[in-house]
Amino acid sequence: MKNKEILLGPLSKNNPVIVQVLGICSALAVTSKLEPSIVMAISVIAVVALANVVISLLRNTIPNSIRIIVQLVVVAALVIIVDQVLKAFAYDVSKQLSVFVGLIITNCIVMGRLEAFALSHGPWESFLDGVGNGLGYGLILVIVGFFRELLGSGTLLGFQVIPQAFYELGYMNNGLMILPPMALIVVACIIWVHRSYNKDLQEK
Amino acid sequence: MNKQGNTYTILYASVMVIIVAALLAVVSVSLKPMQQANIEIDKKKQILSSVNLAPTTQNAVELYSKYITDSYVVDAQGAKVEGADAFTVDVASEVKKANEERQLPVFVAQLDNGDVKYILPMYGAGLWGPIWGYIAVDADGNTIYGSYFAHQGETPGLGAEIENPTFQQQFIGKHLFVEGEMKPVAVMKVGQKPLNGAEYVDAVSGGTITSKGVQDMIENSLLPYNVFLKSIVK
Repeated sequence: MKNKEILLGPLSKNNPVIVQVLGICSALAVTSKLEPSIVMAISVIAVVALANVVISLLRNTIPNSIRIIVQLVVVAALVIIVDQVLKAFAYDVSKQLSVFVGLIITNCIVMGRLEAFALSHGPWESFLDGVGNGLGYGLILVIVGFFRELLGSGTLLGFQVIPQAFYELGYMNNGLMILPPMALIVVACIIWVHRSYNKDLQEK
Repeated sequence: MNKQGNTYTILYASVMVIIVAALLAVVSVSLKPMQQANIEIDKKKQILSSVNLAPTTQNAVELYSKYITDSYVVDAQGAKVEGADAFTVDVASEVKKANEERQLPVFVAQLDNGDVKYILPMYGAGLWGPIWGYIAVDADGNTIYGSYFAHQGETPGLGAEIENPTFQQQFIGKHLFVEGEMKPVAVMKVGQKPLNGAEYVDAVSGGTITSKGVQDMIENSLLPYNVFLKSIVK
């Protein structure tokens, strides 16, 4: 595999969320607003990329029987360090993210990439793979967050987007959009559009 | 050495755990002072927000020393407690005690126009975790001048809306006393009214449990100030 494909593949044809259907739970939890979606995307990119590199460097020393535990320890340690650093240098951001940072540990994409890629590839490829998959995940998060905040609250990044005149004409925010089920439905719509463009992904 | 053998596996796990533990300990200890400083700045920011100033992380310390002219701790009888620092009182553990045993911090703010406001801290539970806030009361000990609410992990778009200025501004001008009796402001679903005749604000739609938490927090945290608030009226 070419490095370019490793980096860009997860954005579309190999997307962790809409093709492999991983990391769905956090896609539900953090996407009711655009801003946490973006910050979550950045944090996941950082954690997947770093964890991939660490595991890739250790890959020849890890005993097979405890490899999952080793991966977990590496991911958990990285997430805690990210959390602590945010608290010390970017307190406002860390307050906003609160529990979401801890949630990264449970994101299946992180463990999935470690198992499927980092254990069998060199550090540079693993780094690209981590960034690529983080981006692919973040892309979907941002799209879902965009539609849920726009239709559910009429705002984007906290700023009012839908003009007051619309509300006076009887337009109402769709309260259902900010509830978790709508995240699933929006993700399903993205999968629908994506598969109608990429016919080779459709199951026979 | 056999990399799949038990000895290697146990050694590997032990060494890994020790390295990771040491690393985390170093990170935690070395970052602690900065985190503490951030927490203090943040608390000052929150206190200032309740009197409708708009502090930023950069000017919070300066504004705090300019506007917060006094702070002290009172007890449920309204008497000042000697030797206690209002800023370091742990409100989270105080609200669990019986009203009579509580240490009640009061922050006094003097605004640019000379008005004096009394800022009272609150602490309670939302749906997923703790919620807290500050209520600023006019010198009549009754009218609410401003409020600030925050939470740890309420759902964005739902319970987390208590952080939103539109929710917080509803409290401005509400009264804590109805006909001389303390009845803290209630948080009610649109269309409902509190049975005890207290004044009320609209709850967050979709955030019923958080809204209920805000109401319980206001009630539980402010009722012990009853005597104090009556005593500040000159």
